[in-house]
Order: sequence, then structure tokens, then C-alpha cells
Amino acid sequence: MFLINCPYCGERDQQEFKAGGEAHIERPKQPTELSDDEWAEYLFMRKNIKGVQFERWNHAHGCRKWFNIVRDTSNDEIKAIYKMGEKPPSQ
Amino acid sequence: MRNKYSVFSLIKNALSYHENWQRAWKDPAPKKEYDAVIVGGGGHGLATAYYLAKKHNMNNIAVVEKGWIGGGNTGRNTTIIRSNYLWDASAGLYDHALKIWEGLSQELNYNVMFSQRGVMNLAHNLQDVRDLKRRTHANRLNGIDAVYLSTEEVKKFCPIINTSPDIRYPVLGGTLQRRAGTARHDAVAWGYARGADAMGVDIIQNCEVKGIKRNGDSVEGIETTKGFIKTKKVGVVAAGHSSVIANMAGLRLPLESKPLQALVSEPVKPIIDTVVMSNAVHAYVSQSDKGELVIGAGTDDYVSYTQKGSHQIVEGTLNAILELYPIFSRMRMLRQWGGIVDICPDASPILSKTSIKGLYFNCGWGTGGFKATPGSGDLFAHTIANDEPHKLNAAFNLNRFVSGDLVDEHGAAAVAH
Repeated sequence: MFLINCPYCGERDQQEFKAGGEAHIERPKQPTELSDDEWAEYLFMRKNIKGVQFERWNHAHGCRKWFNIVRDTSNDEIKAIYKMGEKPPSQ
Repeated sequence: MRNKYSVFSLIKNALSYHENWQRAWKDPAPKKEYDAVIVGGGGHGLATAYYLAKKHNMNNIAVVEKGWIGGGNTGRNTTIIRSNYLWDASAGLYDHALKIWEGLSQELNYNVMFSQRGVMNLAHNLQDVRDLKRRTHANRLNGIDAVYLSTEEVKKFCPIINTSPDIRYPVLGGTLQRRAGTARHDAVAWGYARGADAMGVDIIQNCEVKGIKRNGDSVEGIETTKGFIKTKKVGVVAAGHSSVIANMAGLRLPLESKPLQALVSEPVKPIIDTVVMSNAVHAYVSQSDKGELVIGAGTDDYVSYTQKGSHQIVEGTLNAILELYPIFSRMRMLRQWGGIVDICPDASPILSKTSIKGLYFNCGWGTGGFKATPGSGDLFAHTIANDEPHKLNAAFNLNRFVSGDLVDEHGAAAVAH
């Protein structure tokens, strides 16, 4: 349990948010040309990092907007928050 | 030579004030080379080592554990054992485990306190009723004992449940698997460790894996905090940390590691003599032999390795428990903790070879791995020894995420994982 500083609403309790998993997984540009291996990679394989991870969150019980969080999964410390479409900060 | 536990050894040791019991397992330094190394000294890893030695004559093997054996999810779960899964592949896997549980204490000469007190799954809405009835039929077709209970029968089997129709999630019925139940989680790890050690397996604690050495597409050994260990076969049974080990080998797995919480109450007199699971509201309750209520909650939805969880998850579970069991309203909770569970997209485990020769993964058990411990160890040992899966775990390969042949227990299992 931790606090999340929503870029639109400010600091709120984590229970107002919904985690959306790993960020920056790009949807394939040519889906029809993808092999089964590439589909598996896109759909199922995850980094699942112990350490600093880039992820998407949604302020489900607030503004309902999506944004990105850089979080250390080994201690739940949030390193950075940035809006959708913005460039991820370098570590 | 390993001394046998019996009433005579108990009396003999009582006479010397229990100061001369033989060590249950040794504390060896790692050798330079093993025929196989199991990464992870939880129940599944120790069981794998036990069956490798016992059924496949692989005695020059080791289990490396970064902490102490049974200190991870083996010591953190709510000890529920059942096999009432919907799909044939899952039913085969979990019932294989349940059959081994039934004779495990005798086999290990170690009391794992397996108690077939029955597991009841409650239905709270019409869809639950349909799903549970379907699952009951599927179970019976697979030779797994299952009965569907009406609301009155649920009340009769567990009288403290509130079956009033006007609660938020009324009890519309349930299923019962009488062969299901619980076991003492620590004893499972200790019993397998003692059994494996007696057959020559080295159990190396406080030994964390730092890297996996490859020669092209084959495994050559592992780097650990206690030095390099040469081996051609590595079986990874690292639960929530499976992805961390996979990354060392340059592999990606379809896993997400999330906190799952449990809690126990103060000990009270016997009040609930079965296990009741309520999937819709994530409330799982049984009573330990010490008298504590053992309560399981749901997972958090974000990736975390902190072995903590969010407060609102526990709060939600306790709300549901209180509505279903008003008698517990003044019960005080004693301890709460979290474990990190590795969840697959289809909520089924992976017991599989990988693209790297000699590297095997046993992971993805998610929120329900304890029940499978003996079967998982047996089948994973078979997979490692023969470099081929057993027919019971063939469906649980890594390639199913490429082929699309998933074992989709997500909405279908007795628990909504």
C-alpha cells in the first residue's frame, strides 16, 4: 500500500488506482505478418522485474486517466510519474 | 543411517530430555559438481530432489536455497489441498498430487498432518451455481469425488455459515470434495528435506543463485553466493522469483509476481471442522490444530516482490468473512503476512523444458501451489531425469503460450485466481 501522485489529481491512496501492467509494450504494427512466437512474446511474455520497472496505472476511482509510473518493485518506491505519450525518464 | 521416527524413538528420546535427536538433515558445503541442481528449497523443490533420488537414482544432486528451507511460500500459504479442477489436464495433475498426499506421512516417516476434512466451495450468484455444477460433473467424469450441495446442505455441513437470503452475497449452494483438506506446511518441507538428505541429496541453505552459466544452448553450471557449482541440469523451482532466475539465463517467462496475503486469528476452541472457500468474495477459512482461524485473501493487482500487500485487500476479505460468519465478529487477528506468487496468464503452472538444454522450470503455480507439492515434485523429477515430460505434465509446457493450447483455469478453477 502506498500513495500515488496522479499527474491530474495529485496525491491519492493506491487503492483508488488500478495497475495496468508493464508499460511500453508496443502493439505490433503489422499483426497479420506476426509469427506465433512473436504473438506469444507480445501477448504473454513479461519482464516481471525485481527492481525498477516501468508500468501503466489507471486512476480508476478518480479521473479515470491512464499514466505511467516508474516503480521499484523490490520496495514499492515510486521513482517517477509521467503522462501517456511522454518520453520515459532515463534511469 | 537415518533413525526411524516411532513411538519407541519418542520414548527413548524423552528419557534423555529430547537432547539427543539425530539431525534431520545435514548442513553441507556445496561440492564442485553435481548431476543436477534444484534452485529453490521450498516444498516443490525439496520434493523434486526427493523423487529424483528415490525414483530416478540421481543421488549426486543438490538443492540450493537463498534463505532457509520452507521459508518462502511453503511457510506462507493457507495449506489448502484439493483437486476439484475443471479441465482434464488440471484434474490429472492435482489428483495425482492428492493421491500421493494420502500416503505421504507413511512414505516419509514424517507426520505431515494431512487431514481430509473436506473443502467446500460456495456459490453466491447464479453464474457461480452454474459453474460449480458444471465443475462437479467434470470432476466426477475424471474420477474425482465431488458433490453439489444446496443452501440447506451447506448449512448442515458447516452450521456457522450465515445462509440468510438477505446478505450482500447470499449462499446459493456449494460444492464439497471430501477427500480434500489441509496439511502442516512446514512439515511437508521438513519431511521431504529429511527424506532427500537420507538418500544423499545436499541441501544447501543461505546460498543464493547469482547467475546461470551457459555454453551456447546448454547449461554448464550456476554462480552462487557460495561459489560456482558445475552441473548439466538445473531445475528452477523459485516461485515468485522465477522471472529473476529466467532473466539470468536470458529467458522471458509469461509470469507476473504479485503479493498474496493471509492472516491468522487468536487461537480458539474448535469451531469450523472443514475448509470453506468463497471465490467470489475472496474469503478462505479453515482452523489450524492450534485453534487459529487461517484466512486467505486475494492478490494485489500490481507486480511487487515486497512480501507485503495492501491493507484494503485484507479489509475486503474480513468484510466478507464477517458477513458469512457473524460469530467471528469479535475475533482478534494475530498475524498477517504476504507471499509473492507467480501468476501465469492462464492461471495454470509451467512444468517444462526450455529452449536451453538442461534448464527446466517449475513455476507459475500462482495462488494455489501448496496442494500440488508432492505431484509437482514427482512430475518435475521425471521431466528432469528423462529430459521429457510425464504425460500428466505434458500439457503444462512453456510452448503452450506460442501454440495457444492454454489450460485456462482462470475463470474455471474452484478459485478465481
